[in-house]
Amino acid sequence: MIHDFTYLRPGNVKEALAMLAQHRDGAKIICGGQSLLIIMRQGLVVTEYLIDIKGLDELNTLTYEPRAGLKIGATTTHRTIEKSLLIKEKYPVLAAMEEKLASIQVRNWGTIGGNLAHADAAGDPAPVLIALNAAVTIASSAGVRSVPLEEFYPGLFETVLSPDELVTEVLVPPPPAHTATVYQKFNLLESDQGIVAVAVSLSVGDKGVCRDARVVLGNAAPIPMRVKNTERLLIGSKLNEEIFAKAGDTAAEEADPVADIHASEDYRRHLIAALTKRMTKEAWEQACQA
Amino acid sequence: MEKQLLRFNVNDQEYELFINPKTLLVEALRDHLGFAGTKRGCDTASCGVCTVMVNGMAVKGCSVLAVQVNGMNITTVEGLEKDGKLDPVQAAFLDEGAYQCGFCTSGMIMSARAFLNETPAPKDAMEIRRGIEGNLCRCTGYNSIVRAIDAVAKGKYREGA
Repeated sequence: MIHDFTYLRPGNVKEALAMLAQHRDGAKIICGGQSLLIIMRQGLVVTEYLIDIKGLDELNTLTYEPRAGLKIGATTTHRTIEKSLLIKEKYPVLAAMEEKLASIQVRNWGTIGGNLAHADAAGDPAPVLIALNAAVTIASSAGVRSVPLEEFYPGLFETVLSPDELVTEVLVPPPPAHTATVYQKFNLLESDQGIVAVAVSLSVGDKGVCRDARVVLGNAAPIPMRVKNTERLLIGSKLNEEIFAKAGDTAAEEADPVADIHASEDYRRHLIAALTKRMTKEAWEQACQA
Repeated sequence: MEKQLLRFNVNDQEYELFINPKTLLVEALRDHLGFAGTKRGCDTASCGVCTVMVNGMAVKGCSVLAVQVNGMNITTVEGLEKDGKLDPVQAAFLDEGAYQCGFCTSGMIMSARAFLNETPAPKDAMEIRRGIEGNLCRCTGYNSIVRAIDAVAKGKYREGA
């Protein structure tokens, strides 16, 4: 049963930040609530004040500029991102990831800001956005700061947000030249969270060698995890089957997975190796054509 | 806790409720207004039996606070029938026998209606299956459900057809 709370509905971001500054630890933000309401019902989250930002249209935005890149407001729904022609054209991996995030009903109401702030290590958007080198804009009544998404998660279900701060937007830099980003999760039902997931972004440089690599694992550690030894292995070489396989093995070693009802630790490492091998190959082939 | 005024439109009728803000949309519809066609199942946004439309979008009524739909238009399964005539999706479910125990039916019908509004001509059965991905049928009557939705998409239930 959900514990009683006082409901607050700010009319704009400034009001929301003032409410957060006043109530701090006594308040929680709700946007789509697709994750929060479940854990509130389980009694895992009890709050005195619930600040509802779902209706803040000033954060329901999606813009692209060639120099700044993509800016997604925090209250933008998953469905909006999935259906956006702009995102399909510039960041097809984002649209493809959203298509397989939970169900249509959840995507219709759930938001990107809420998903990222919920900090579930099995969430789909974070690994993809980290592979795309995204940052989140964080506001409080004292000011605004930007944090690379890969530095946003200090631990399981934790973020670097202070009690008076709010995620207001996600910034994705313009796609670099000759670069491809791909994502795959392993699950039994298409719309489930991944038992593990792998996002890979590869760039091809002069002379056909791998210029840059970002390999991010989902649900393979307490947080979305960049596997930097794997990335170092890829950078500077012309990639081939042998390197893809070695990247898979290295990523499986670097991962820090748990055992749960879905999979043992060993099985997770096996899946990480297979998916990393597959995704590095796919990203490389796409990047060579880009 | 301070009660909140919720003003919204359900099936083309305006309602005002004075409710505890923790009231879920499915509770407001079932317990406060008596629209018991919308079911309550898993309570964790998994099963889809609580699916209703909010401003034309399918959502799960167990995972939305009622106060969040203030000022919006809700359609429940009771709102599909117009002038004593079943919605084509309802008629097709009847003809195809697209239910066994019936518990998932109203949620399935709402997801199917929302899906067909967005995708009037699905390209294959897989696209229909994806359209109802958020709804579980534990009797596993999926084939007849997909057939019913396909029949509507193919125009079998058009006016006068």
